[in-house]
Amino acid sequence: MKIIPTIGLEMHCEISKTNTKVFSGAKNAYSETPNENVLPVDMAFPGTLPTLNKECVRLSLMMSEILHCKEPEYMYFERKNYYYPDLPKGYQITQNTPPAPVGMGGYIDIEREDGSQFTVAIDNIHLEEDSASMNHLYDVSTIDYNRAGVPLLELVTTPCLHSADDAILFLEYMKAIYQYCDISEADPKKGQIRCDVNVSISENDELGTKVEIKNVNSFSGVRDAINYEIKRQTEALEAGKYSEIEQETRRYDEESGTTIRMRSKVDAIDYKYFVEPNIPKYKISKDWLAKIKESIPELPYERKHKYEKQYGLSSYDANTLIKEKSVSDYFEECLKENIEAKTAANWILSMVLGYVYKEDCQIEDCFVTPKRLKVITENIKNGTISSKQGKELFNYTLELKQEPEQIMKEKNMVQISDETALASIIDEVLNENQSQIELYHQGRTNMFDYFVGQVMKKTRGQANPVKVKEILTNRLSQ
Amino acid sequence: MSFIEKDIESLHELLKKGEITSAELIKESLTKAHEVAQKTNAFVTIIDEAKPTEVTDDLLSGIPYGVKDNYSTKGILSTGSSNTLKDYVPFFDATAVENLAKKGAIPVTKTALDEFGMGGTGTTCHTGVVHNPWDYKRMCAGSSSGSAASVALGVYPYALGSDTGDSIRKPAAYCGIVGFKPTYGMISRYGLFPFASSLDHCGVLTRFVKDAAIVTDGMKGKDPKDMTSWDSKDIHLYQNLTTNVAGKKLFYIKEICDIENYPNASQELKEHLENFQKTLHLCEKLGMEVTGVSINKDLLNAIPSVYVVISCAEATSNLSNLTGFIFGPRAEGSNYIEMMKNYRTKGFSPLIKRRFIIGSYVLQKENQEKYFKNAQRVRRLIVDEIKSYFQKYDALIMPVGTGPAKLLEGSKDLLKDDTDVLEEHLQIANFGGFPSITIPNGFINNLPVGVNITGNCYEDQQVLNIAYALESEMPYKGQLAKEVTE
Repeated sequence: MKIIPTIGLEMHCEISKTNTKVFSGAKNAYSETPNENVLPVDMAFPGTLPTLNKECVRLSLMMSEILHCKEPEYMYFERKNYYYPDLPKGYQITQNTPPAPVGMGGYIDIEREDGSQFTVAIDNIHLEEDSASMNHLYDVSTIDYNRAGVPLLELVTTPCLHSADDAILFLEYMKAIYQYCDISEADPKKGQIRCDVNVSISENDELGTKVEIKNVNSFSGVRDAINYEIKRQTEALEAGKYSEIEQETRRYDEESGTTIRMRSKVDAIDYKYFVEPNIPKYKISKDWLAKIKESIPELPYERKHKYEKQYGLSSYDANTLIKEKSVSDYFEECLKENIEAKTAANWILSMVLGYVYKEDCQIEDCFVTPKRLKVITENIKNGTISSKQGKELFNYTLELKQEPEQIMKEKNMVQISDETALASIIDEVLNENQSQIELYHQGRTNMFDYFVGQVMKKTRGQANPVKVKEILTNRLSQ
Repeated sequence: MSFIEKDIESLHELLKKGEITSAELIKESLTKAHEVAQKTNAFVTIIDEAKPTEVTDDLLSGIPYGVKDNYSTKGILSTGSSNTLKDYVPFFDATAVENLAKKGAIPVTKTALDEFGMGGTGTTCHTGVVHNPWDYKRMCAGSSSGSAASVALGVYPYALGSDTGDSIRKPAAYCGIVGFKPTYGMISRYGLFPFASSLDHCGVLTRFVKDAAIVTDGMKGKDPKDMTSWDSKDIHLYQNLTTNVAGKKLFYIKEICDIENYPNASQELKEHLENFQKTLHLCEKLGMEVTGVSINKDLLNAIPSVYVVISCAEATSNLSNLTGFIFGPRAEGSNYIEMMKNYRTKGFSPLIKRRFIIGSYVLQKENQEKYFKNAQRVRRLIVDEIKSYFQKYDALIMPVGTGPAKLLEGSKDLLKDDTDVLEEHLQIANFGGFPSITIPNGFINNLPVGVNITGNCYEDQQVLNIAYALESEMPYKGQLAKEVTE
């Protein structure tokens, strides 16, 4: 009997690209200094009132459009009432009950690396405010209100995913969309993305008992939590103890990679939702929606398909390039510099990203900008330097933070393409390696590479390898 | 007569002419406040360090006033008359207070109220019961009790109030003065401690209708911090005040006002409703038409319960910020839940806790449709019904309450089972956000009673004009409380 897991996701993504918070005029910015971006309303001082940031609404509606959702006729908000020290008002302003959410009932198609596709059905996407952040120390807890009131988009899928891999693909693609639309940096390290996951298993078409896992803060955590839950539930099922799986809320424990019970469904909190009276309902105009729709930038899959079709990149390479908007932007910048697409892709996927991952930095911080990369690739292309020299030049540029042209001059990095000069070096090498020539003629053809290597050694890598091979073939066949 | 008992225009002239200074007015006001403080219990704070301001062309400049203690005042204790905020000193002004400060007005007191405005008796203030200056055995009604008492005593020409059910307009009637709340959103609520956001209004208590117009002009204005506020810069209430109301059409609700509805009416109630009829005749004398209309009794009877359900629901949510973590005296406890519980259990009076429980109950998932959503629907029905009359009539005129101020002894707290619509109908104006004013219209047993005029949204001028015209025909204009001696 095959066991099918079913997964639903709630993805919270902070909108990080607005100047101010969603219901407050305080600065919307990540800060290491606690309580820096705070107005009285963020701490719910008596008499303070929420004011709606229209830019947040615009970006939310844009997401709603991208996810093929239906927008409500009126924009309004609700209060979700509960007590917790990180919630200064004692309620969160959100959009829970249809038709409050900015987007309802949509979908998005996701592509797997093998080229197959699946569709994720979206229950809704809604705009709400983040809570303050808490730090639990040994005998005291501290509250930082910088995050209180930061705009948050909560995206809720239906239970429609069937593997942790698909779940991660979906989350990664959504993350890319947030970046492409300039809605969020979507950086999990800054706590900008947080997920709730629900998992059930079943042997037939009917869904099994749903277990919810709260506050998973990284994609790898999502993967581990899903896989752990599938395993836990499957084991129970196989042991004939499935009835012990309870509809409950669990929490993901990062250290052990397991999930831990928090509360049963029976103890579910009644949030007593009702319409927020301090934000008047207003009609979303058709014109505005149309304008928003028009302003949707090129989305990651659109770029991916362009890279595949127009530039002949493999699906895998194209996918790696589009994952992060900054990487894709770098690639497109290279194209604008007239670097040939495949060349640019190769350089980015090997050298540039290699450096970025090694240094754990952003591609924008890479000193080899598309302009500088152009200088390097151009010199390879016109034969001034060899591709090996090109790689050296790339590393020198990063290391010395100097212009590649200057480094080439200083390091005398010029490829020797002059045939007479090369011929004399080659003759020198052949003279020194008579016995190896014998071996070559006896059929040890790999000796050819040995001769090339010797030439390179003598020229400190400056010999034009194509020319060397040409002359060498000539000499050896004489 | 001391200067401070005069109306705003007169004070302004005296200040302009230099016959009195702002400092002298403040001193007079503070002295009077101290004189009456103990007997009325009207104040949470008397601001002895109040500083005079420059006298400009602005009518309000240099003149002291009182602020209900549920307005946030920068650097001045603001308690909402609750133990939960007994030491809270805000670092920002409510927008209305800030607007008045720009005009040179000077707050000299913070006045007592029913805790967070949630009461109609003036008996639930953390500083004690507020007494009616006409008869200290009686209540002022509430919740703007301290503001009403102090204005009636002539401590200053006006004091700020807030009105969620009738919290400005009922105390005004009991204290024989004027109480006005303009259209919802004309005055920003930013900095007003919330009770029920969809019903809360800022407003003012004065002794002259003209002063109500002047002060409202000073408080109002669109505020970027309050999304429900609206632009009223082209509205000049004081400038356009007129007694020419001939041809205006008024209506009253027969089911509430006619004496036949009360077969067991007390002598007091009879007199009150007769007095109301006299006021109607006066309206006719002023050239206005008065018509008694009939409204479905079931709808009218629903008013008090609609009010209780909606106001308690919003209140329980609005006051959830009071946990003692950020402001207020932080309570002891071994974890956050205990700390919150201890703070709230000790801090709130029993009346408020009852309201929170009602509010929570009606918002619960299983009850919300039946109570809260239905209350909202009935609210809409009531508002639509009244608005349909505003198509034909300029304003609604009604008696305030069942008579004069009630005795404190034996008074029930105001979350009462008495569903007397006559007592509660002023809540209609909160349901609809209508401009509504109470002015004194007579005496019963030497105690003042009031009449209320309510108009459609944005008809603030019309409401004030009708009240202004009526006031000018009655001998109660600008009256000060005189203690009744039996």
